[in-house]
Amino acid sequence: MFRPLFALLRRDLTLALRRPQDALTVVGFFVVVVALFPLGIGPDPEFLRSLAPGVLWVAALLAVMLSLERLFSDDYRDGTLEQLLLVPEPMGLLVLTKIFAHWLITGLPLVLISPLLALQLNLRPDEIATLMLALLIGTPILSLIGAIGAALTLGLRGGGVLIALLILPLYAPPLILGAGAVDAVMHGSSAQAHLSLLGAMMVFALFATPWATAAAVRIMLD
Amino acid sequence: MSERGIQWFRFTAPANFYDLAGHLIPWFAALTVALFAVGLYLGLVVAPSDYQQGDSYRIIYIHVPTAWMGMFLYVLMAVYAAIGLIWRIKMADVMAKAIAPTGALFTFLSLWTGALWGRPTWGVYWVWDARLTSMLILLFLYLGYMALHAAIDDRQRASNASAVLAMVGVVNVPIIYFSVQWWNTLHQGASITVTEAPTMATIMFVTLLIMVLAAWMYSVAVVLARARVELLERERNARWVRDRLEGGQT
Repeated sequence: MFRPLFALLRRDLTLALRRPQDALTVVGFFVVVVALFPLGIGPDPEFLRSLAPGVLWVAALLAVMLSLERLFSDDYRDGTLEQLLLVPEPMGLLVLTKIFAHWLITGLPLVLISPLLALQLNLRPDEIATLMLALLIGTPILSLIGAIGAALTLGLRGGGVLIALLILPLYAPPLILGAGAVDAVMHGSSAQAHLSLLGAMMVFALFATPWATAAAVRIMLD
Repeated sequence: MSERGIQWFRFTAPANFYDLAGHLIPWFAALTVALFAVGLYLGLVVAPSDYQQGDSYRIIYIHVPTAWMGMFLYVLMAVYAAIGLIWRIKMADVMAKAIAPTGALFTFLSLWTGALWGRPTWGVYWVWDARLTSMLILLFLYLGYMALHAAIDDRQRASNASAVLAMVGVVNVPIIYFSVQWWNTLHQGASITVTEAPTMATIMFVTLLIMVLAAWMYSVAVVLARARVELLERERNARWVRDRLEGGQT
């Protein structure tokens, strides 16, 4: 049963590795957006520090959102997506595999590059560790919820802008909890409550969103 | 439930619904006007002014009904959308689409009146209070739903796709509400709480109730009217549309 899923995962990863600029563009966007904030609000280290959790999270959120269009659009254009619908495995699992591959290509690099940006914004080591952990739990949520938007805008004109309107309101809870975790450590309390809730949210998203995404893909290919 | 009961499924047929809605709309419209007139008279003239907030509190007679309707209509829209998606009932799709603009309007009005109330009471138009923030996100959810519906040309596909979005949204509304509330208490902003007056005078309560009813009647009338127009557009090639329209012109 898992063989086709592994095959799909390997295919998606291979495709992404053959065109690394796609993944790198997302990371580049993340870095540039974060770098623009000090230019906009001034170089005062303490002030930047207090804004850092929110800035890093909003930038990560926008970077994930920008990468979402890629999730299905290439497969939609060349007909792969239609073939996937004919595979006997449940569409929800196939979609989940694709989301996982997408997260490995776009979400994980964001997590890995985030300490560097956090250092620039004067976060301390324990805060950086919390930030990475929160992003590690949080970026999959962003990919999972975003996949619904990506599927619903398949083949529409101006799909990219529409995704933003559909998905960004739904990103409020992970943003609050993720940035809140770092904020809590900053103010000397524990981030455990935030991280637990974020984890709960990820489990729920893991369970529920692939089916919604699969339904959306089916509707749009109908 | 043999012959005497009302056969509700009759009205899932577009032609029957169209006729029924046409009969009902004037009644609901008349009720809207009457209830608004009574409610506004009671609210603006009869009800006493609040001993803390003076006369500025009177905006709650608009604010509270609009906020309730904004939230409730989203749930109702999602229910209709789900019915349309699961049982493929075309009328449910039409109703879901017809509800969205009214719900968005009420949500916007509640934000607007809230801002107008906040200025004299809190001294600012906007605070990042949990309720304000979640209403703002609710407005975005409505806008997303309408934008998605408008972006897809094929009507059936548009209905199904936005139905998925409405259902995802309705699951998310409580999550958003609680996380926003939590975020607000954590940040410990200016300690403003939007608590109601400890005891509400009966006249205030009755007035509020009348205004809520008025908002309901308005929603029913407007949604039915919009559903009728949507039906005519969808079924423009059907025979019953031709019969009705030609009959009306002569």
